[in-house]
Amino acid sequence: MTVVSVNKDVEARTLTFVAEFDAPVERVWQLWEDPRQLERWWGPPSYPATFVTHDFRVGGESTYYMTTPEGETPRGWWDITVIDAPTRFEFDDGFSDENGERMTTPEAGHAVVVLEDVNGKTRMTTTNYFPTAELLEEMVKMGMEEGMRLAMGQIDDLLKEVSV
Amino acid sequence: MVVTKLSDNEVDRIFQALADATRRDIVQRVMVREQSVSDLARAYAMSFAAVQKHVAVLERAQLITKERRGREQIVHGDPQMLRRAARLLDAYEEIWRARVESIQQILDQDNRKGTES
Repeated sequence: MTVVSVNKDVEARTLTFVAEFDAPVERVWQLWEDPRQLERWWGPPSYPATFVTHDFRVGGESTYYMTTPEGETPRGWWDITVIDAPTRFEFDDGFSDENGERMTTPEAGHAVVVLEDVNGKTRMTTTNYFPTAELLEEMVKMGMEEGMRLAMGQIDDLLKEVSV
Repeated sequence: MVVTKLSDNEVDRIFQALADATRRDIVQRVMVREQSVSDLARAYAMSFAAVQKHVAVLERAQLITKERRGREQIVHGDPQMLRRAARLLDAYEEIWRARVESIQQILDQDNRKGTES
């Protein structure tokens, strides 16, 4: 079981995802650092990602696009704000238009990635902050059609909490 | 693919409405059972007007509905809207599950290569 925990906070608009991999921290770091490896897992099979640039250093920019089954190519960017190799980095992430110009809406989000060694395995904690619901919705649209469909059938955790 | 289109303003109103601890508490109470605004006002160390204001914010976000019954205003919870907000986060969770699955496959390939050589 690689997924350790998922914490969704509707009020704070954050999603924290914790997973564990049977590989050294340095190996998992490479999966983020090397754009050719990153694009092998960032997009789902039906929405493969292509990283056009991936300047993996503080102040560096990444630009990528996804290819949808309909042949559309929605674009996104990252601004790397923190790098503490090989255990932590942070980036702002947003969308670009078809000309590669950054879009001002939805407002950019922020992500924090932490890698820790836990008894020879790597624990990866990713936290995504969404300033607006609009961003979250766009991310979801771009990320995974299947996910959306799966999620439709799910009973939400928050509702369970509320009824306690 | 059928996906309920969420209005961004709608969802933002939900998030804003839930950003306050008193309002979250009100939502929890009225999801369990309907209550009058006066019942709610008695539960908090704040004025009737202040509680009424919180109720109004929740009503705008469509998290609750209010109906007049005699002299009382009765507040009901509306789980539908909470579900819609939570559904967005659920969908994003699925994105991460898929990514982790793909990472695992890449790492498994590493191991296979390792044993071959």
